[in-house]
Amino acid sequence: MARMKFLCDAERCIECNGCVTACKNEHEVPWGVNRRRVVTLDDGVPGEKSISVACMHCTDAPCAAVCPVDCFYTTPDGVVLHNKDLCIGCGYCFYACPFGAPQYPQASAFGVRGKMDKCTFCAGGPEADGSPEEYKKYGRNRLAEGKLPLCAEFCATKALIAGDGDVVADIYRKRVMKRGGRPQTWGWETAYRS
Amino acid sequence: MKLIKKQDRQNDAKAGAEGSLVSSAIDRRTFLRRSGIAVGGIAAASALPLSMMRKSEAKAAEAAEAKGEIKTVRTICGHCSVGCGIIAEVQNGVWVGQEPAFDHPFNLGAHCAKGASVREHGHGERRLKYPMKLVNGKWQRISWEQAINEVGDKMLELREKYGPDSIFMTGGSKHNNEQSYLITKFMRFWGSNNQDHQARICHSTTVSGTAAQYGYGAMTNSYNDQHNCKSMFFIGSNAAEAHPVAMQHVLRGKENGAKIIVADPRFTRTAAHADIYVPFRSGTDVALIYGILWHIFENGWEDKEFIKARVYGMDEVRKVVKNYPPDVASDITGTPKELIAKVAETLAKNRPGTLVWCMGGTQHHHGTANVRSYNCLQLALGNTGRSGGGSNIYRGHDNVQGATDVGPNAHTLPGYYGLSEGAWKHWARVWDVDYEWLKNRFDQREYDDGKGGKVKPMFTPGIPVSRWADAVLEDPANIQQRSPVKMVIFQGMAPNSQSRGAHQKKAFEKLEALVIIDPFPTVSAVMHDRTDNTWLLPATTCFETYGSVTASNRSLQWRDKVIDPLFEAKTDQEILYLLAKKLGFEREMFKNIKVVNNEPVMEDVLREINRGTWTIGYSGQSPERLKLHQQNWGTFNTSTLLAEGGPCSGEYYGLPWPCWGTPELKHPGTPILYDQSKPIMKGGLNFRANWGVEKDGVNMLAEGRYVAGSDIKDGHPEFTFELLKKLGWDKELTKEEMDVIMKVGGGKPETVNWKTDLSGGIIRVAIKHGCAPFGNGKARAMSWELPDPVPVHREPLYTPRHDLVAKYPTYPDRKVHYRLPTRYASIQANDYSKEFPLVLSSGRLTEYEGGGDETRSNKWLAELQQNMFVEINPVDANNLKIRDGQQVWVEGPEGARIKVMAMVTRRVPPGMVWSPFHFGGHFQGEDRRYKYPEGSDPWVLGEAVNTVTTYGYDAVTQMQETKTTLCRVRPA
Repeated sequence: MARMKFLCDAERCIECNGCVTACKNEHEVPWGVNRRRVVTLDDGVPGEKSISVACMHCTDAPCAAVCPVDCFYTTPDGVVLHNKDLCIGCGYCFYACPFGAPQYPQASAFGVRGKMDKCTFCAGGPEADGSPEEYKKYGRNRLAEGKLPLCAEFCATKALIAGDGDVVADIYRKRVMKRGGRPQTWGWETAYRS
Repeated sequence: MKLIKKQDRQNDAKAGAEGSLVSSAIDRRTFLRRSGIAVGGIAAASALPLSMMRKSEAKAAEAAEAKGEIKTVRTICGHCSVGCGIIAEVQNGVWVGQEPAFDHPFNLGAHCAKGASVREHGHGERRLKYPMKLVNGKWQRISWEQAINEVGDKMLELREKYGPDSIFMTGGSKHNNEQSYLITKFMRFWGSNNQDHQARICHSTTVSGTAAQYGYGAMTNSYNDQHNCKSMFFIGSNAAEAHPVAMQHVLRGKENGAKIIVADPRFTRTAAHADIYVPFRSGTDVALIYGILWHIFENGWEDKEFIKARVYGMDEVRKVVKNYPPDVASDITGTPKELIAKVAETLAKNRPGTLVWCMGGTQHHHGTANVRSYNCLQLALGNTGRSGGGSNIYRGHDNVQGATDVGPNAHTLPGYYGLSEGAWKHWARVWDVDYEWLKNRFDQREYDDGKGGKVKPMFTPGIPVSRWADAVLEDPANIQQRSPVKMVIFQGMAPNSQSRGAHQKKAFEKLEALVIIDPFPTVSAVMHDRTDNTWLLPATTCFETYGSVTASNRSLQWRDKVIDPLFEAKTDQEILYLLAKKLGFEREMFKNIKVVNNEPVMEDVLREINRGTWTIGYSGQSPERLKLHQQNWGTFNTSTLLAEGGPCSGEYYGLPWPCWGTPELKHPGTPILYDQSKPIMKGGLNFRANWGVEKDGVNMLAEGRYVAGSDIKDGHPEFTFELLKKLGWDKELTKEEMDVIMKVGGGKPETVNWKTDLSGGIIRVAIKHGCAPFGNGKARAMSWELPDPVPVHREPLYTPRHDLVAKYPTYPDRKVHYRLPTRYASIQANDYSKEFPLVLSSGRLTEYEGGGDETRSNKWLAELQQNMFVEINPVDANNLKIRDGQQVWVEGPEGARIKVMAMVTRRVPPGMVWSPFHFGGHFQGEDRRYKYPEGSDPWVLGEAVNTVTTYGYDAVTQMQETKTTLCRVRPA
């Protein structure tokens, strides 16, 4: 069984935010909630790198470890999902998550902090695959339709890759090997500042 | 029925964006009941092999629940010139899904923020919904009938009082080819050249400069061809934000080993991916390029053979370049000497290399000169006319190339035919109307042509969009037409993308009438304080109509209609038809174009374009061929764009122009301009022989080099009937072709050439002999008819280095330039740099486009950029006591100011500030949201940077100077 993974190739990411609006488009995510964001390091100076970040679907997910109502579960594909019917919107997962993935709607029955929302790897939630209830709470279930997350499928430069971790690793390994042929990127100039 | 749904939901939109999840999910739920959606296309994803996909499990019961079939529509993104393919899923007329077009040759499924959000167009409420007009300063809803009648009556009234030139009209670069063509045709039949579109303020200087050198003013290669580069030199292009999907090809090229050099005053997101970043002072492009060329000539790195055989005037350039040795170039540009030398060496040792430029190079008062210096560099290196090389000019909007080619332009008829009598007669024949009738539509008086003669308005360039406000406000005695402009029709134009906003506001208020035809109210509706005689006519977006669009690489793509017009919007072609009918020339204008339910049929319009546009080979791209390409876009190679097998086998994707001759000739399109390695019938080309056969005793024709398979094994002039006769090839013309030629020539066939021969026979015979119809000439490093035959550095009008003005002055003021007086030296005479010490430049953000009315009305995009800002270096910020995130005033030397948020960043160097130009709706500190018709205000408003940009217009095209001016910043 495949284990689904995201990988963002920082050599290719140009911070165009295509992944962000792709997610909004696919799941009609409301204003203020960002399941995916692009983070830029060293903004505006040589060495600037951008990377697209969402839930990384950890194997040993800290959010699941701390959740007081145990609303998280991992699918056979290795996708970390949660049950919004169980979620109490406490925000503990937000403390635990190393990536800032959990998001909270600004207005809801739970006051300032509504039920947690996060990237589902386009895999929906506990409801029946493709059901209206699932769509309403979690967005579209692309995996059930035989598709991969739209953020990665739409990525402008193919920086963001999603899918079976083994295949993702293989694609990335090939890219790195190819770039190795460019001395200015990885080779002598970089290694020895020559 | 979808229309009713949309209107029902208007209240939800007003409630705020938070409500949108529930409200728009309704359409999707129905859709989601069915599963087993076609997964076609995914298999083609290079990055995503099929093996990793899970099987789609179709459940029969769920499928039965589906209320409507899902229709898949192939269309083209409506934002930038990359031309990304889009797969839209439509159910019951509602745009329910957007899937990646993995097998599209340009984007391979990829999208930037804008492309990934186009489905919002089918749902967004922040639009102009019905015709409206201002009555005592309040917007009032009116019917279409009333709108057309009132606008038409006003036009006729002004025509009576002030003549046809009292009306100025723009098209937009987001219209498709057919709409653009109808707009220009509409204004010509109205009787005026006062028409223009965004290309004037975007790449007009590229076209004037490049065409004067190579023969055509367009991107020579393609985005895809950048896989083959050994080096890429970006100057004044921030592709990572302006053309994000192009970066897919750029980075592929980089991974193939190409060295990337980015020259820009600002450390852009593109620069972040460069091997070499070259900072230089804004507006000193020529000096930088000559600094590079100095090393190339000094070291003998130029391609001597190429220059000898295919370039005219390089020795003149060499003489001028001698004036820019390293010390001088470095002093002007502020770029370290060593860096300039390193760039020269990198370009010389990594050939072929391409040169990419955008607005950073073009939007200057000497933009044409900048462009020509870039091309001189490419010619010196022998990079032009080969794969991996070329001048890769990234155009802006999705169809700015097409609108430039066949749309509304103040200075030329479609196809760059110009405005001569011969050109008018050619188009009169294509339009099948009497030339004398057409002529009588125009003002018959004569005016100063600026060259000591007199000229009738029909034969002189009209008002350019960059100067429309001057055409309204200038003293009538100084305008070379009957009256100043009294009425403006903006059909797809944002005033906040034009310089001198404060000046424009005055012009808006002086106009007798203002008409805005647009899906959005645009800043034109709110930046002034007009009270009456102002109409808003809702047009559709590009997804509610269909037609062909030309990507930057000259490929034409057929865009299918995704959804029916929303609200009461009408397509631009229907609006034009209704107006023409009201004005009484619809029968002439649509003589050979079928009109169904008031809507002209786009296929017929394209066929008419095909019949007339021989010059640039817009003649072979019939609607049938374009549709076939669109349906089979997966069969084209993603590097060469050549179809390998399939129904389009042997043709290049989108039949990039020139696609010579008639559609029946089956020319495959020209993927790389001036590439002599391939025969003409396989997409090869010479440089155009457009400047005679000799100049002052120097041969202007290519020497010993010719396109593969040519029967003429040397340079030759363009083809005319006479040349065919000399060669004895006239016998090969068919009788039908000969009849047409006789008719065109009025019995004198020797007056007919390949551009005016409506049969396409001359072109057919020339190509049969392997020859390019436009000849085999030399490219020109020197263009004798332009200001500065060889470009020289000229300081910006508002320069921070006033000490250099004496040595590098601008041009003298001109009395007549596109009918208007145009100032140069009299502005530069004042030194503003003490009072306004910071250089102000502007540019793009990925999330928005152009004036931004469309993209700021898209909630998915608007959320990502909610504040207009100005980038300022920490050094300047600390000196001015400005903190990051603080509100500041940016004040310009012409008296205008804007209140924006400071972004303190090292992205800009000390002494320079930068702002995006997509914002509007605030004016000099005032939030004018209350001015929008209810419910049509964009989610995000902000100050337009162009409120503070200043005077300055290109000496050839009237391009505005928005990239280099001065300002001062202080805390607000």
